[in-house]
Amino acid sequence: MKPFGYVRPASTDEAVRLCAAGPGARFLGGGTNLVDLMKLGVEAPRVLVDVAGLPLDRVTRTADGGLSIGATARNSDLAAHPDVTRSYPVLSQALLAGASGQLRNSATTGGNLLQRTRCRYFQDVSKPCNKRLPGSGCPAREGTHRDLAILGHSPECVATHPSDMAVALAALDATVVLLGPEGERTVPLTGFHRLPGENPDQDTVIRPGELITEVVLPPPAPGAASRYRKARDRASFAFALVSVAATLRVEAGRVEHATLAFGGVAHRPWRARRAEAELRGAPATPAVFQHALIAELAEARPLRDNVFKVDLTRRLALDVLGELTARQSALSARTG
Amino acid sequence: MTTRAPQFPGAPVVRREARDKVTGTARYAADLAPAGCLYAWTVPATVAAGRVTAVRAVDALAVPGVHSVLTHDNAPELQEPDDPILAVLQDDRVPHHGWPIALVIAESLEAARTGAGELHVEYERDPYDVTLTDDHPGLYTPEEANGGHPAVRVRGDVERALAGASVQVDATYRTVALHNHPMEPHAATAVWADGHLTVHDSSQGSSRVRESLARAFGLDPDRITVVSEHVGGGFGSKGTTRPQAVLAAMAARHTGRPVKMVFPRPQLAEVVGHRAPTIQRVRLGADLDGVLTAVSHEIVTQTSTVKEFVEQAAVPARVMYASPHSRTVHRVTALDVPSPSWMRAPGEASGMYALESAMDELASALGLDPVELRLRNEPETEPDSGRPFSSRGLAACLRDGAARFGWHDRDPRPAARQEGRWLMGTGVASATYPVLVSRSTASAHAARDGALRIAVNATDIGTGARTVLAQIAAEALGVDPEAVRVDIGSTDLPVAPLAGGSSGTASWGWAVHKAATALAARLAEHRPLPADGITTTADTEEETGEESPYARHAFGAHFAETAVDAVTGEVRVRRLLGVYAAGRILNARTARSQFTGGMVMGIGMALTEDCGIDPDFGDFTARDLASYHVPVCADTADIQAHWIEEDDRHLNPMGSKGIGEIGIVGTAAAIGNAVRHATGARLRELPLTPDTLLPYLL
Repeated sequence: MKPFGYVRPASTDEAVRLCAAGPGARFLGGGTNLVDLMKLGVEAPRVLVDVAGLPLDRVTRTADGGLSIGATARNSDLAAHPDVTRSYPVLSQALLAGASGQLRNSATTGGNLLQRTRCRYFQDVSKPCNKRLPGSGCPAREGTHRDLAILGHSPECVATHPSDMAVALAALDATVVLLGPEGERTVPLTGFHRLPGENPDQDTVIRPGELITEVVLPPPAPGAASRYRKARDRASFAFALVSVAATLRVEAGRVEHATLAFGGVAHRPWRARRAEAELRGAPATPAVFQHALIAELAEARPLRDNVFKVDLTRRLALDVLGELTARQSALSARTG
Repeated sequence: MTTRAPQFPGAPVVRREARDKVTGTARYAADLAPAGCLYAWTVPATVAAGRVTAVRAVDALAVPGVHSVLTHDNAPELQEPDDPILAVLQDDRVPHHGWPIALVIAESLEAARTGAGELHVEYERDPYDVTLTDDHPGLYTPEEANGGHPAVRVRGDVERALAGASVQVDATYRTVALHNHPMEPHAATAVWADGHLTVHDSSQGSSRVRESLARAFGLDPDRITVVSEHVGGGFGSKGTTRPQAVLAAMAARHTGRPVKMVFPRPQLAEVVGHRAPTIQRVRLGADLDGVLTAVSHEIVTQTSTVKEFVEQAAVPARVMYASPHSRTVHRVTALDVPSPSWMRAPGEASGMYALESAMDELASALGLDPVELRLRNEPETEPDSGRPFSSRGLAACLRDGAARFGWHDRDPRPAARQEGRWLMGTGVASATYPVLVSRSTASAHAARDGALRIAVNATDIGTGARTVLAQIAAEALGVDPEAVRVDIGSTDLPVAPLAGGSSGTASWGWAVHKAATALAARLAEHRPLPADGITTTADTEEETGEESPYARHAFGAHFAETAVDAVTGEVRVRRLLGVYAAGRILNARTARSQFTGGMVMGIGMALTEDCGIDPDFGDFTARDLASYHVPVCADTADIQAHWIEEDDRHLNPMGSKGIGEIGIVGTAAAIGNAVRHATGARLRELPLTPDTLLPYLL
């Protein structure tokens, strides 16, 4: 690890100013990924601007009944927050499916969104990687890629975004609030992470010096149930092979509301818009779900060793939708 | 009345150093920082085969704090080491990816590492081959497999017996390369002072490390002290001398200052050995009653171009089941890979996965209960050698385990049980591990004030060796274990073998028992004690030198209940139960942790662990603990170890067999057999990850 500077700004404005002051500055949240990458030589910041102590850790109800999540709220705290467990269980489940207890205690909301791919070539500085060193090539495409993308990848990059939390936030239509040298702006979470295209070095649309200050959730969809499920190689402390976040409301046997997002399959949380469009207003039956998922996954382009992910995504999503439908009918049976 | 807990043989005495370890006061090899200590960082080769043509160190040496850079051009010249993997920085050859090609030495770890990043290395690349196949053109039959076992053994006419068998199994199983990954990485701190070399090394046996260093540096062993006071696991990877000891000593000699070096986790995979991958064809022939007529076990495996190491995976088939016709064969090919080596139960762990899976296939083919099938093939004598068993508790373990596990209620039909979304199944497999013992020396001392001290260069790699040796000495001396001080972990103590082959306690304990017994006799004669006390010494050369007329092995049975997610193919082990017959158990607490630790490692072998090898770069792809998946707590729900007391007079004075490795043997087969019972899918390649199960799920 190369020597680096370390500063603890007193305010968000100062943090942004410090980071914009020159190249090579990085915001430090929980450090659970950035510090690893520094040890691996992937990142060599000139200065770390530690934002973990800024007063951005609050989780509060918004005026419209949504939820504002401060960027430095710890993953553990957020997962256990009563408003989250009550109104957005999919988010709590996703958080608890990620990493380990110790890491969740340290990891922040903003840092979680900005974590980098765990593609083994990206993490190994002795090898080419277009994300780490643009133009150097992508050995993953022909190499070790069982864990990598099946959707939205490019000839330059087949990396996946590793976050669980972000998949739930994608399904919840969250918004990311950014503070930069030119002021504040908001970006929908589904547009926050990019597809790799020809510039896989850019994971997100964040601009130089911009700081995530909060993530805002709209009010929960009335009457909808939600669920996060993750398939992985071991029971804990493993990244998703595939994960599914869904919210669903079924009325009189028809889908009134559905959002669906996949993790572990693309360079960003994959919001399954096509499937959602097929589901909306359609009968809540396995055949309909199946058809919608097949339509969504028609554009999958799996690599040699991750063909299984197409099937795994379909199966897991089908099961989640079935589970949510069953819960909705049980609920309506009780209340009806 | 005394309130002291009874100290019966096998008492669950708490590890003596437990408090030191959990409070962080126990000192490991890299915890020392002698005054003026320098730090060394290795630079691994980034090509899989070839030569180093240039190392430009100007930029590295310009890094503030960098003291020097050692390469094959300027490193101290070594004598031919006793293990070719120790011939580091001696020539320009790169035999595999990750081979150390330079050492950067600096005033701080950070400077050493930064310097390493500034080193410019040029290579001449040779073509390379890192892929094991069952028809690899380089395959040959070696003389011996690991452990000195003949590579080939043939009894009778297997082909004919197979052809004539009423029921046959012919199946090929594959295991992948695995890594030991002990918690503590390989580390050494070396000091040269007044012509004496002292190395604190993370090893499983410092006597052996001292021999290696003496040979490599051309030194009298008396001028070398190697200390391994506390060792954070080894699982075989620290059983042989590893490059960190040589590199640290080299750097200390070159600089004239103490040097510390720790292999970082991602480099470990390529310098401390791996369990070689295997391709194993097992053929079984049986009559309709399930009595075996033929057993054929053929191994294909890999070694490196640096040395020959042959995973002796067909050896357990020479021990397990009666059969008039048998053929056990090892073939190996030298690839451009790091040198494979010992990993917990080398041979048995891989071989029993295949053999015990094939036995399950045979039971299915016969429609016979797999426990019953094994019981029907119990041999009178060791099948391969014809020697009588000193004791053989396999049948007892199978019966006891079956009762404890609730095996007899089992519905044998595959894919017939579901709990929610989980497909449930159970499986069984046998386990075996040989009784090994080596010559050891030890001393026992009674001071005038009555204080008792045992000295032996044993190594505690986390097993509780200090504690068990105190128990052995205390029993011989007729005192409480707490009254006995035990000094281990330094070559300044009486010479002793390494902690490996599940033989440490037997080897050291025998010498300790002998010295303590002699001391007890002397103490009975001498009252009062002389001013400088009484010392007795023991050497078990004679006792351990004779070959036993008996076949001596520990046995065991593993029972697994697995749940397979019908949607995702994720496999979870709900229950794992092992029953062992391993002679006399000397400490119930530390023994249980050895057994269950082996079982947990078996879960990893079955379900999650896979180094992966990258054919494009020639390196292992899973080199850290984020990508190399060892089981976590959530993977180890209900794990039980039980044992059957054996009174075997043909072992050693304690009556013990080794227990450090048998827990992993057969565990993967039991899990694989349970997965087959749960799903109907017979997978023959480990690990059983979700992608491998998915094609078989509805």
